[in-house]
Amino acid sequence: MAEGTGFTRRHFLTVATFFTGGAGAIATAVPFVASFKPSARAQALGAPVTVDISKLEPGALLRVEWRGRVIYVLNRTADMLASLGKDTALLRDPESEKDQQPNYAKNETRSIRPEVLVVQGVCTHFGCAPAPRFEVAPADLGPEWPGGFFCPCHGSKFDLAGRVFTGVPAPDNLVVPPHRYINDNTILIGSDTGNS
Amino acid sequence: MASTEADVFDRLGRGLAALRVWIDDRFPMTKLIKEHATEYYASKNFNFWYGFGVIATVVLVMQLVTGIFLTMNYKPASAEAFASVEYIMRDVDWGWLIRYLHSTGASAFFIVVYLHMFRGLLYGSYKKPRELVWIIGMFIYLCLMAEAFFGYLLPWGNMSYWGAQVIVTLIGSVPFVGDGLTDWIRGDFFISDITLNRFFAFHVIAVPLLLLLLVVVHIMALHEVGSNNPDGIEIKEHKGPDGHPIDGVAFHPYHTSKDLVIVVIFLILFAAVVFFAPDMGGYFLEHANFEPANVLSTPEHIAPVWYFTPFYAILRAVPNETIGIALMGLAVLLPFFLPWLDRCRVKSIRYRSWIYKIVLMTFAITFIALGYLGLQRPTTLVARLSLLFTILYFAFFFVMPFYTRREKTKPVPTRVTP
Repeated sequence: MAEGTGFTRRHFLTVATFFTGGAGAIATAVPFVASFKPSARAQALGAPVTVDISKLEPGALLRVEWRGRVIYVLNRTADMLASLGKDTALLRDPESEKDQQPNYAKNETRSIRPEVLVVQGVCTHFGCAPAPRFEVAPADLGPEWPGGFFCPCHGSKFDLAGRVFTGVPAPDNLVVPPHRYINDNTILIGSDTGNS
Repeated sequence: MASTEADVFDRLGRGLAALRVWIDDRFPMTKLIKEHATEYYASKNFNFWYGFGVIATVVLVMQLVTGIFLTMNYKPASAEAFASVEYIMRDVDWGWLIRYLHSTGASAFFIVVYLHMFRGLLYGSYKKPRELVWIIGMFIYLCLMAEAFFGYLLPWGNMSYWGAQVIVTLIGSVPFVGDGLTDWIRGDFFISDITLNRFFAFHVIAVPLLLLLLVVVHIMALHEVGSNNPDGIEIKEHKGPDGHPIDGVAFHPYHTSKDLVIVVIFLILFAAVVFFAPDMGGYFLEHANFEPANVLSTPEHIAPVWYFTPFYAILRAVPNETIGIALMGLAVLLPFFLPWLDRCRVKSIRYRSWIYKIVLMTFAITFIALGYLGLQRPTTLVARLSLLFTILYFAFFFVMPFYTRREKTKPVPTRVTP
């Protein structure tokens, strides 16, 4: 018989009871914690939405709602696209290095089709909606403004590809949601896999 | 023999005494009353700073009562919430009063609690042996912040909505788990009906229960060690032949009768706000909240209600979002450590050095300045001033251990001064 450890049958039972009870308590917590997740209904309502862009003229912006967020669909003109490459030194992440877009939108226009931009109209700072300000060099935004999105909450600026400028509170480019083209005129927002 | 009037009262008195004995044999009624009121001795030299604890208790009771009555007509669903608040305001008899009492009560609660906490700083009430009283009090303050945050979403106004949006977005920037965490908290992919429903549950059940429990524990801890006083000396160290502190008077009837006056003065001021300026020019009830929540339209200027703005200013002071959030969290948590950051043995500001007096006044001004800056639109000047006051805020805590260790204090009296 081992001498002096002082560890008795009673100690063993106490520890065993503690851990068994603890495991039970944790297991019991699981349903409560899990009940906080988005419910089946919430997930169903958050399903992808289709957008018809056949009537979206060049230079026009369409606002769509997906999962309670505004999605901007912008049909960029040739001038707008030309403005994107002009002064990338003003941008924080011109190459879209940060994971703010699916891989198929990690390009200079941050889009699948060069002219059609699909981004969340949700400022990456605090979630306000950046307002479209497409005019070049307006009085209030200064002569360097190439046209883009301006957040009224804390003054964050984004270009026409949703890329954030330097020196503003927003840390990242606007998020490009997962999306794909079902046909030439229809975009499915919220999903980029599977058949239509 | 006909019984006289005195006989009747005598018999009534004996009956009541018998009832008391009957109860005391089964529940420690008399013992509790003695421990916490008639034989709880608190310093006789309390000044008005010592009234905010009892006012906070009155406000708590008022919030509970008005809150219960509001739930009888409020509907925690996104389609109905805003309209049900309008219904309370317009169609329910006296509903407007109950709601204004509740909304004004929220701001009053924070004013009173901030003054109550400042009293602690003035007289060193957080120091040994009252560290736990202070820490429990800080937990009450955290609960109060949670209660205010959850409650603010319930009217489902546009500012409710976007305010919650901003705070939940903050949680989303927690590294690695942020996105999952926000979906978990909202129960949806955006602030929705589901979110409103669960915030309602937190606001009316979970947090108030915790708050009540903490208040009871706060008072129990206080009554165990005894109240501090403006001289910051322990009255228990000088007891009379009856075993009670010579400088103390019984909480009831002496302090209660004085507290009654303080409460009446508070209620006069409170009623003036409720009846004449319930929205306090947009500070107690923000104007953008008079229109229903709109997912697609952000209010032009989002600022939290005034009681959160000191911390909001700290958040905005640094250009880096993650650091801003970390600093804001730290700013809320630092007061927990005050009992150990302050190395000076003298409690009351009356006998502390001029350095501490200046530092404490600077801190008070800093807190108010941050509160003001947090309400303003983010211009460059506001950002610079916010940064300056953020540095001052943290300096108060981080420099404290160094100068307080070798502070030149005045001699502390052994007995309280008038």
